[in-house]
Amino acid sequence: MGDFDYNIVQEAAKQLYIRALTNLPPDVRQALKRAYERETQPTAKEVFKAMFKAIDIADQKNTLVCQDTGLPIYIVKVGSDFAWNGAKIKKCLSEGAAAATLDFPFRGSSTHILTRLNPQNSVGRGLPVVYWDFVEGSDTLDILMIPKGSGSENMSTMKMFIPADGKNALKKFVLDTYIASGSNPCPPGIIGVGIGGTADLVMRLAKEAIARPVGQRSEDPEIAKMEEELEEAINATGIGPMGLGGDISTLAVHIEWAYTHITQNPVAVNTQCWPARRARATIHPDGKVEYGF
Amino acid sequence: MATYHLQTPFSEQDMRQLKIGDIVFFDGTLFGIRDLTQIYMFDQQHEPPVSLAGFPIIHTAPSLRKVGDKWEKICVGTTTSGRMDRFTPALIEKYGVRAVIGKGGQYQQSLDAMQKFGAVYLAIVGGAASLETEQIEEVEEVYWEHLHPEALYKFRVKDFGPLTVAMDSHGGHRYFEIKAEAERRLPGIYQKLGVA
Repeated sequence: MGDFDYNIVQEAAKQLYIRALTNLPPDVRQALKRAYERETQPTAKEVFKAMFKAIDIADQKNTLVCQDTGLPIYIVKVGSDFAWNGAKIKKCLSEGAAAATLDFPFRGSSTHILTRLNPQNSVGRGLPVVYWDFVEGSDTLDILMIPKGSGSENMSTMKMFIPADGKNALKKFVLDTYIASGSNPCPPGIIGVGIGGTADLVMRLAKEAIARPVGQRSEDPEIAKMEEELEEAINATGIGPMGLGGDISTLAVHIEWAYTHITQNPVAVNTQCWPARRARATIHPDGKVEYGF
Repeated sequence: MATYHLQTPFSEQDMRQLKIGDIVFFDGTLFGIRDLTQIYMFDQQHEPPVSLAGFPIIHTAPSLRKVGDKWEKICVGTTTSGRMDRFTPALIEKYGVRAVIGKGGQYQQSLDAMQKFGAVYLAIVGGAASLETEQIEEVEEVYWEHLHPEALYKFRVKDFGPLTVAMDSHGGHRYFEIKAEAERRLPGIYQKLGVA
């Protein structure tokens, strides 16, 4: 346990932030291409073409797709057989995020809530956001990184429904939230929905929902059906790419859920913009790092 | 839907010919501004050290690097325009700005000023900052450097676009239209979703 080189985690945290900002996941690229093929409105097709050009330039020049490098979020899954020190890993994530910001270099977006002073390193009190989970029967450390820009994050909503409201109230809430967001979250993106848990857990579920590969359905058939119905409803609004009108208003609706209290039924929506940036690393006990999405 | 290739400075006639849904590309000068730049201009009453008359402005959040006395681009992208609506009528009326480039659109008072003086709102594709950065040939000047990254930027651009005319000088407002259409469709969508 004492032998593990934590520099590996710090370097992975840094590379993940840079990779997420510069290299879009293949499933997102494919989803955008499929969307373009299905789109019939000429203005919307032009919008898609500009998105493809932006992706190509970022690929060729190894540069950022979007200038809003967002706040860093790490979703960490620790295997039961991975020898680790959680406090050290947490420190590595913060230092890795700061190193990415300063060394790439790109804009630091973190700021003090009152003075608005910006340390220019994307971290600070409470940041990066780190979610921990633990996996039985695994000997790896799995880190998923999501940079979350403000255009989409500012549109986050949560509401505590009661059991009598029923599941239709949840569906209406998701659709109404989408319409109210309009062009702000840079559509067509992924609509992440959390249902259940508590006020805090439900938003975390929504956030985990945006990180799922585009269009991967919930394992629960009832929930999967709800995802399909909501996708169809959102696309029927005609709001379209960048809110300028069109057939494709969302790439996918993903729902993550948890049990909740007998008197509650919370729902949360967290939208991801069209570049739907994310990057993943799996760290093995021997220090080998595999990168993916 | 027509596509236009324009050159700055824009004339009133250049802008009056544009209708919502048209696509615009242009070459020439583009000024970058955002929240603090306009607070500095209008609330703190600093006159811009350069004429904006006839030029487009972009609501930008640029990442630039100063090497010697020259500014180099790192990543120039566009921010949400709604926050800056209160400054737009004066930019158009007092300083002669002919086009506002941003994402998300603006509101009635900006639309009124565009109609009265002959200006437009051009929607850029948000998130596609790498494309915008590529189309900027040079950062020619940074005025009010102490405000960086919310200073006044003078960019020289080539084939800048595609930009969608989202608010025109005839009272057309693409976002208002889209929202009204979505609301018109909503009862049917609710019904199909089973939530009516």
